[in-house]
Amino acid sequence: MTLTANSHLAELYRTMRRIRTFEERVGELFVRGQSAGSMLHLSIGEESSAAGVCAEMKPQDSFTTHHRGHGIFLARGADPKRMMAEIGGKESGYCHGKGGSMHIADMALGHLGANAIVGGGIPAVVGAGLSSKYLKQDSVSVAFFGDGAMQQGILYESMNMAALWGLPVLFVCINNQYGMGTRIDQATRNTAFDQRARAFGLNGVVVNGLDVEEVRDAARWLIDEARAGKPGFLSVEVYRFFGHARMDKSPYRAEAEETEGRKKDPVLFARAKLIESGLESEAALDALDREIAAEMDATIDFTVESQAPALSSMFRDVYAVGEPEPESVRARIDRVLAREIV
Amino acid sequence: MPVEILMPALSPTMEEGTLSKWLKNEGDKVTSGDVIAEIETDKATMEVEAVDEGVIGKILVAAGTENVKVNTAIAVLLQDGESADAAAPKADAPKADAETPAATADNTGGKAREAAAETPVAAKVPAAPKVDVAADPDIPAGTEMVPTTVREALRDAMAEEMRRDPDVFVMGEEVAEYQGAYKITQGLLQEFGDRRVVDTPITEHGFAGVGVGAAMAGLKPIVEFMTFNFAMQAIDQIINSAAKTLYMSGGQMGAPIVFRGPNGAAARVGAQHSQDYAAWYSQIPGLKVIQPYTAADAKGLLKAAIRDPNPIIFLENEILYGQTFDVPKLDDFVLPIGKARVHRKGSDVTIVSWGIGMTYVVKALAELEKDGIDAEVIDLRTIRPMDLPTVVESVKKTGRLVTVEEGYPQSSVGDFIANRVQQEAFDYLDAPVITIAGKDVPMPYAANLEKLALPNVGEVVQAVKAVCYK
Repeated sequence: MTLTANSHLAELYRTMRRIRTFEERVGELFVRGQSAGSMLHLSIGEESSAAGVCAEMKPQDSFTTHHRGHGIFLARGADPKRMMAEIGGKESGYCHGKGGSMHIADMALGHLGANAIVGGGIPAVVGAGLSSKYLKQDSVSVAFFGDGAMQQGILYESMNMAALWGLPVLFVCINNQYGMGTRIDQATRNTAFDQRARAFGLNGVVVNGLDVEEVRDAARWLIDEARAGKPGFLSVEVYRFFGHARMDKSPYRAEAEETEGRKKDPVLFARAKLIESGLESEAALDALDREIAAEMDATIDFTVESQAPALSSMFRDVYAVGEPEPESVRARIDRVLAREIV
Repeated sequence: MPVEILMPALSPTMEEGTLSKWLKNEGDKVTSGDVIAEIETDKATMEVEAVDEGVIGKILVAAGTENVKVNTAIAVLLQDGESADAAAPKADAPKADAETPAATADNTGGKAREAAAETPVAAKVPAAPKVDVAADPDIPAGTEMVPTTVREALRDAMAEEMRRDPDVFVMGEEVAEYQGAYKITQGLLQEFGDRRVVDTPITEHGFAGVGVGAAMAGLKPIVEFMTFNFAMQAIDQIINSAAKTLYMSGGQMGAPIVFRGPNGAAARVGAQHSQDYAAWYSQIPGLKVIQPYTAADAKGLLKAAIRDPNPIIFLENEILYGQTFDVPKLDDFVLPIGKARVHRKGSDVTIVSWGIGMTYVVKALAELEKDGIDAEVIDLRTIRPMDLPTVVESVKKTGRLVTVEEGYPQSSVGDFIANRVQQEAFDYLDAPVITIAGKDVPMPYAANLEKLALPNVGEVVQAVKAVCYK
């Protein structure tokens, strides 16, 4: 099938559908007997934040994500096979199986790392922004994080320095309403997060994540401003469709709430908008969905067929260069018992 | 009775300072609280106030005099009817009393204030007398040596590397306009400008993370912590981000960054400002940990650290900053990280120390020599990666080992060394290994308790004698 060439919304839909299908496949790794970690955080229901913001980033721009970052990396152009292989702990993964779902990184795509400490990846984009200004590069750095990080001090330390030094930085809060099992209104009194950013001298915008085009438009303005030296903050209001992680069945929220929340589906909303506006036919979108399903099915096969990292790789990359590998425990015990001369 | 106005001490660590300016002249009337002079120390500018009414009889130390010892009489204050001649200046200045400098400062009304507005850029920082150190095999024989303080050596190392590599920059609290809280970055702002010498807000967690991000993005930051005690705020960024990124990313990207600043106890600053973090950071794979003692090592290793592609913890010490050592006059003096220096060759016992710990060992040596004990002293210089082979080889020769550090005793660096030595040289040991560390308490404030909490020369001598069965 071919999508209408000038249909930007169709491209955004494609990105969101790829994210959703990829994440639906993540759970299948277990079914296929792969030893993927149990800490897998899905962003289903939140795809508009990744797709809308990343569409406005340029190739030279960099970013960090939180632990729920599969979608953002995909939207920035990641190879889903290498992502899935990383989640499966395979040598062919982005980090050769050493990082996993929560620590994926790729220099080539400007991914300065997923960081699994809430708020931990935020100051790095200020550093990247400082670097951009220092080296007179025309690049913006974007931090993606959840509403949980809105209560972390490091965010405000980072915002303060970004504003103080006029750095090309954008802070993106994906407000999925829950920090693990705690609803946002039980974590803070004032949920108008844009006020906090403006108080530090940043541009601040809150946008409804149901419509990816609204997210894209807000991101466009904020990124343009950031590139010109005024950092910004964007809160994308979405709903986390599923639990915090794979094993979480969300006993802390009512079924009625979940049913209502899942109606705010940015993927279905964009699909309906495409059809209603006459930009795409239902049949074309069905075909696209099937194409994406096949692409993501292949990521599972790729992962299953990939090798686990060699045991000999364990001590590799602890240090950049010139570090001798520590001797193995076995060798050391042998040597100690033999009372060998060093 | 004429009253002597003494050179005040701003802090318990201050030994001398520069009398930069007289604000009153001989013959001027002063009343209590009048500012009569200004002095400069390595940290700040200080006003000297009159504590009594009277007339400035004689100025004993001229404006601009450097290295004026604490408690030296700098002027004589005459009471009604007294003459300047009656107040004969003493031939010898009273010696500084290490136990009571704070009281002296109070007596003279010395008052600290921010140095930023007052300290000229070129203000010379006073230096303690030079300490002699055995020749380092990494320094070519015949190299001209220049007496240099640890403070100057650190500054020179940064300046040289910043001249060499435009991607190197320094950031931290008070590093630019203030010239460094301990004047380590003195003059760097003037030479390199505010693009490369960056004052940060008081936001350790934040600027440590900014440094890590800048390193990931291609720069080579030197992040100064005003003290490593404040780096507790930043430890997530140091360990979870800086140390682990290279590994987690499968070798794609690391963080070439130096975190440096004073570590451990200074004097009389209490528990929150007096902790030695060598053992903490030395536990972390991905970090390199350097803790130099001499000015030469400080310079050569800091230059190496700045060039190293890994995150480095560079632990300095406030008390060592003012100490003078010979530094080789070489265009590019870089020392290897991870290599110990044999400070003194000997055959009876091995003493291993590093950083400030070496000061106790060096003082103990004189006493041990009197007792006929020929100690081999190894200055580790780098805690991680640790040069254990040098230690083990020495223990095989001497059969005895004592380690000396200021950190807490449980899970100390010395404990690690002792464990490795008993594994690697069990058959060679003639006595149990003794590890000397700080006492197992938060640092007390009172001078006598603080002294008790730190290791001391007597403990080192006693331990060495014990393992030598003497």
